[in-house]
Amino acid sequence: MTGDFKQLTIKQAHDLLVKKELSVRELAEHFLKEAKTKSGLNAYLEIFDDVRAQAEVAQKMIDGGTATLLTGIPFAIKDNILIKGKIASASSKMLENYVASYDAFVIKKLRDAGAVFLGRTNMDEFAMGGSTENSAFGVTKNPHDESRVPGGSSGGSAAALAGGTALGALGSDTGGSIRQPAAFCGVVGLKPTYGSVSRSGLMAMASSLDQIGPFAKTVEDAEIIFDAIKGYDSMDSTSEPADSHHERDNRVSSTKEKPKVIGVPVDFVRAKGVDPRVLENFEASLECMKKAGYEVREISLPSLAHGLSVYYILMPAEVSSNLARFDGVRYGYHADGANLVEDYARSRGEGFGREVRRRILLGTFVLSSGYYDAYYGRACAVREMLKRDLAQAFDGVDIIATPTTPTPAFKIGEKSSDPLQMYLADIFTVPVNIAGVPAISIPSGFAEEGGSKLPLGIQFIAPHFGEDALFAIGKDFERVRML
Amino acid sequence: MADMAIELKDVEHLAGLARIAVSDGEKELFRHDLEEILAYVSQVKEAAGWEQLTIDTAPRTFDGVQGERGELCNVMRADGEPHESGIFTEDLLVAAPACEGNRVLVKKILGDN
Repeated sequence: MTGDFKQLTIKQAHDLLVKKELSVRELAEHFLKEAKTKSGLNAYLEIFDDVRAQAEVAQKMIDGGTATLLTGIPFAIKDNILIKGKIASASSKMLENYVASYDAFVIKKLRDAGAVFLGRTNMDEFAMGGSTENSAFGVTKNPHDESRVPGGSSGGSAAALAGGTALGALGSDTGGSIRQPAAFCGVVGLKPTYGSVSRSGLMAMASSLDQIGPFAKTVEDAEIIFDAIKGYDSMDSTSEPADSHHERDNRVSSTKEKPKVIGVPVDFVRAKGVDPRVLENFEASLECMKKAGYEVREISLPSLAHGLSVYYILMPAEVSSNLARFDGVRYGYHADGANLVEDYARSRGEGFGREVRRRILLGTFVLSSGYYDAYYGRACAVREMLKRDLAQAFDGVDIIATPTTPTPAFKIGEKSSDPLQMYLADIFTVPVNIAGVPAISIPSGFAEEGGSKLPLGIQFIAPHFGEDALFAIGKDFERVRML
Repeated sequence: MADMAIELKDVEHLAGLARIAVSDGEKELFRHDLEEILAYVSQVKEAAGWEQLTIDTAPRTFDGVQGERGELCNVMRADGEPHESGIFTEDLLVAAPACEGNRVLVKKILGDN
């Protein structure tokens, strides 16, 4: 049993564990040691103190013959997913010492599967950002180039995995917060179909857009994690019931033929601001897929270009509502004022960072009297049109492909003083959340810059509940791209 | 439509609605940011062919298929006792900044102003 875990996948680790060539304790100790060595990345906010106890529970499952694919596998968990008894701060001063009073549904599922939670990872505060620079506890560094951001908002989870300090990770994705850091850090990231993974125990950012999803080194590993965390939850009213026709269709489609036709919205992909190296890499990826037998077809989807403006109206509106609960009364940061309203204003003014307050103010504006119809009402209407146009596009193609991000990872500090520039980086990812469809980002190569090789990602988008198609095309892509 | 101009008093008004204290120094920062962001997102009003649409008149989609709607169902739990009274009290109170007995303490809501 060699000590080289750099390339180790969940699938391989599982095989070693059940063959008893490796113990859960050995695996956990390795990752604890790595996490300590790499602590300069600031990927983890906290390494949990009960990892060895968790390892023992997992080992018992293996010894007793009840192991699952995830038993004993060390996970990094984003700081906005509740683990009972552990601090969950959403990387905010507002919840710096808040201890979760219950497990998120996905945590319960992973715990039952025997997974080991190594620690909680850094993020943009309340999931607002694309670089993890908005964390109240310092930025996380990209393991490929420590002068650069890992992406966000799930930057800590992506960096923990890419830095070799976990075998799997969970993040959340509202406008690209799993896929974009996955692309920047050279790992696989999946945003599942809205409703397929329970949001119970995920601190809500924008309730109609949020989804929890996996980070993994391979598409197969991402599929293993997704299979473990998905499923109906009665505690999430937007959770898809098990007997809905979508589940039935999905089971049918998995026996249907694999995806064959890839649609590329060329006008959208070649928009202003997309780095030429990203385009070159994307074109090269498509050529590989053609050689693998896929048909690549140009499609026109003009409504995609409106995704960003729809997103930056709907998301702040929902944020302003969801974050109203943080008032310094039942939990969280409390600052005293002269009366109750001043208590609220000071607690929220001091507990929330600037980007959070910016988005709450923006959301308050678009929902306020006199502007509600022109902004929020309009954005809701355009959202419906975008969903319709995407559905029509999927009549003709099986998968839609775009680069995941318009650029590779940027330098720490490069965009942090210009919110709009930061928002424009979400252009390829947000339409997916608006429509509720699933999408996966897969490493597609590198851009050379200043002596570093910066990872790039390709995004595949499928119709609702089309994760099987994403995994099929993803595995083919991994095979032919041979990075 | 003309670009939305945001003034300092607008920021103050929004901060009041959102119950968020904003320092004088930050007011101008937020004023500028909001104006710039709103100018960008305002393009949603120009989405071609959709100028007359409102939330009430837009064609509704159900999972992307236009016109089809699933059956409406009530996802709320029954209006009864969801669990035994008091079993979560301790866990929840431990997070509150101020308590008295088994209650969360809060300043007077109905004020003199």
